[in-house]
Amino acid sequence: MSSPETQTAGGPTRTDAFAKRLAKRYRAEKRFRAMGLGAILFSIAVLIFLLGNMLSNGVAGFQRAELTVPIDLAASGIVADEALLTSIDAVQRLEMQGLSAVVSAAAEAELGAEGAAQVDLDGWREVAAAIQSDPALLNGASEFDLATSTDLASGLAGEGSPEMQALAQQLSADGMLAKNWDWGFLTRSDATGPQKVGIWGALKGSMLTMIVTFLLAFPIGVLAALYLEEYAPKNRWTDFIEVSINNLAAVPSIIFGLLGLAVFLALFPNLRSAPLIGGMTLALMTMPVIVISGRNAIKAVPPSIRDGALAVGASPVQVVFHHVLPLALPGMLTGTIIGMARALGETAPLLLIGMRAFVATPPDGFTSPATVLPMQIFLWSDEIDRGFVERTSAAIIVLLLFLLLMNGLAIYLRNKFEKTW
Amino acid sequence: MSPITLILIAIGLGLAGWLAGRAKAWSFKKSEPETRPLARPTYHAWYVALWVVIPVLVFIVIWSLVAPQLVLQSVLASPAAAALPDIGFQREAWLSEARAVATGASPAVFNQSAAPLVEPFQQAISQYNLIGYVLTVLIAFGGGAWGFLRVRPDFHARTRVERTVMIVLLLASLVAILTTFGIVASLVFETVRFFGMVSPIDFLFGTFWGPDPMSNPDNPDGSRFGAIPLFWGTIFIGAIIAMIVAIPLGLMSAIYLTQYAAPAVRKWVKPALEILAGIPTVVYGYFAALTVAPAVRDLAVSVGISGASSESALAAGVVMGVMIIPFVSSMADDSMAAVPSAMRDGSLAMGATQSETIKRVLFPAALPGIVAGIMLAVSRAIGETMIVVMAAGASSNLTANPLDTMTTVTYQIVAMLTGEGSFDHPATLSAFALGFVLFLVTLVLNIIALRVVKRFREAYE
Repeated sequence: MSSPETQTAGGPTRTDAFAKRLAKRYRAEKRFRAMGLGAILFSIAVLIFLLGNMLSNGVAGFQRAELTVPIDLAASGIVADEALLTSIDAVQRLEMQGLSAVVSAAAEAELGAEGAAQVDLDGWREVAAAIQSDPALLNGASEFDLATSTDLASGLAGEGSPEMQALAQQLSADGMLAKNWDWGFLTRSDATGPQKVGIWGALKGSMLTMIVTFLLAFPIGVLAALYLEEYAPKNRWTDFIEVSINNLAAVPSIIFGLLGLAVFLALFPNLRSAPLIGGMTLALMTMPVIVISGRNAIKAVPPSIRDGALAVGASPVQVVFHHVLPLALPGMLTGTIIGMARALGETAPLLLIGMRAFVATPPDGFTSPATVLPMQIFLWSDEIDRGFVERTSAAIIVLLLFLLLMNGLAIYLRNKFEKTW
Repeated sequence: MSPITLILIAIGLGLAGWLAGRAKAWSFKKSEPETRPLARPTYHAWYVALWVVIPVLVFIVIWSLVAPQLVLQSVLASPAAAALPDIGFQREAWLSEARAVATGASPAVFNQSAAPLVEPFQQAISQYNLIGYVLTVLIAFGGGAWGFLRVRPDFHARTRVERTVMIVLLLASLVAILTTFGIVASLVFETVRFFGMVSPIDFLFGTFWGPDPMSNPDNPDGSRFGAIPLFWGTIFIGAIIAMIVAIPLGLMSAIYLTQYAAPAVRKWVKPALEILAGIPTVVYGYFAALTVAPAVRDLAVSVGISGASSESALAAGVVMGVMIIPFVSSMADDSMAAVPSAMRDGSLAMGATQSETIKRVLFPAALPGIVAGIMLAVSRAIGETMIVVMAAGASSNLTANPLDTMTTVTYQIVAMLTGEGSFDHPATLSAFALGFVLFLVTLVLNIIALRVVKRFREAYE
């Protein structure tokens, strides 16, 4: 906008009062504009603060306090042949050979009685897992990083009791205690202590749930969209279907949880907290989103395509399945991925159908008890221990990464296949 | 025998039928080259395949419901079942334990009394598995043969296949109606049961909420089921605090983005706002509970307000408002884009500044759409669950102090259904009554809003 003309010489209306009014109006303009900019900046600042907050806490959640202990397994007399190591109860059989005693003896020799007491009680299990993956470890002495107790971990973070802080300081000065990257976080499942938890169980549960959701919601959504957009006669029934779909898309998600509880769990009472039931509930929630975006994608296909196909003798079904559907499919996929991303982050309906159980082993099928990523975040956020705060943020980072990946894929598909006719 | 194996068998047999049908249709060309078949070979193939797959799928559904009953019958008829207790919980426990061992779901029986039942179970299961497979194959062949025999040059295979396709499409779109019906039916059914125990007057107008899931379910105390504090908490958090944050910020964002921002800025800022909308609510809840709520309390204490709760309505409401900003912004964006540019140009041509044009021309013209968008935003906010579950409190308070704890309808639905109470207790059933109220309110808000938006769009088209 050009600078205001404020001389009185311009004409009879250009009085001083006029100039003042004009300046006032321009000031109001600037204020208004600044308010708009402020609103945007506020939203962006909240976004950056939220993500930064999660990141700074979450980075610590991908690490854990570990004690470095050299263990001479060759001298321990533990023998393991291939049959033992591949059997299901390999860990128990290693325990029977005294592995846990060997580990605690080695810890005591290295760290002293006080330090050894702070090695996690299940630390030997990680040694057992390492032996299982690499039996050659039994032939020599090697260093193992063992998880510490929760107390010592908070001591290392500068919290907790003064004794633990002193012990942590001493041990880390000796180079035996450190915060290391914890790749196991991505492969373990839920546990009782923040030092031992992992995200894999919940991640796998989420994937199984999403598979069920996709298999149900995508075909039904696409077919319903095709029917409503291409074939449905204009009558009361069709209006009723449209009204239900629009309303379902706006119904609060918790209502779908009530439906799942009253219908699905009444039909399959022994499938409580199974990915199958969770996926079915989320599919009902996702289906309307897919229908609505699918109809928009179908609308975007120009009528000339249909007319051309009809003119050369295609039947109405052929027109849709040979011409309209292939052209509309990328748009439909974009909508589907966005709907699935929303379902992936959804917690409330799953809370009601009982997917809040403590699940310490990853689910091995669609009907075994499972939990999902957002539910794991919710469960961990209820824990009092400081270590869980970091773990929760780490889980949030994993969830956000998955959402980012899905939305990125949707944007990529849209840009790659979007056509302007 | 899992349904998945059966479905794989069905698909395999369907493929065989498809190939057979196509081969037969191709053979017409050779045998009668001068007559033109009424349908292309692919349609004959699909016709046969449908005759194989549809009866088999129907059978699989019926069989997977019937077979467990048949297995149970034959186990009960076996001599080992004579030792079972007559009726009751223990009988069920033994049977389910033996079944779990027989299907390999658990390694061994815990209760030795169930051990003799394992073998009859295994026998019965393998017997009925065999019957199931044989019937599947028989039905597939029967259907396939029927379809195959009808494949002839003068047979309208395409119309038949297309009719089936249309039925499948119609069924898919009926799922939406079925879902709506399921929601309404389950909510109404449980709500009616609840109102059989607690009077609707007590529920809708009572001012004290404190159901005791452990009390005697036969004689509920209606005065503990007053939902007014929940309705107030929901409105205060979702429709007042959240909207005080979301409406000005959302509107101003939309105005700046559509009227002032350079295209390059818009290109980057709009997706950033959409990220805000895409963050799962559980993350917002965690943020509200861990960061915002303590900050709000500390702030209140530092300005001298004592007794501020760490689970304040303010924290939950503000975070919910931030979550709603992108929603309000995109609705306002759409409504302002729908206003004809001639109105805006006319105002600018008369010498009004841009902000005057927005405030006096664009905004009034877009107002119906914006109001509808705000109604949709309110309906989303009052149905929001995770933020209030994590950041608002459990105790119901009928107060207007935003620093106090307050509970909402959604919070209480979760609390009542994840507690220890039995499913038939009025405290548990009250969750369905609350859900019904929530459903009705959001439904009315949505219907009105969609109407307004529709009429408003038509007005300018």
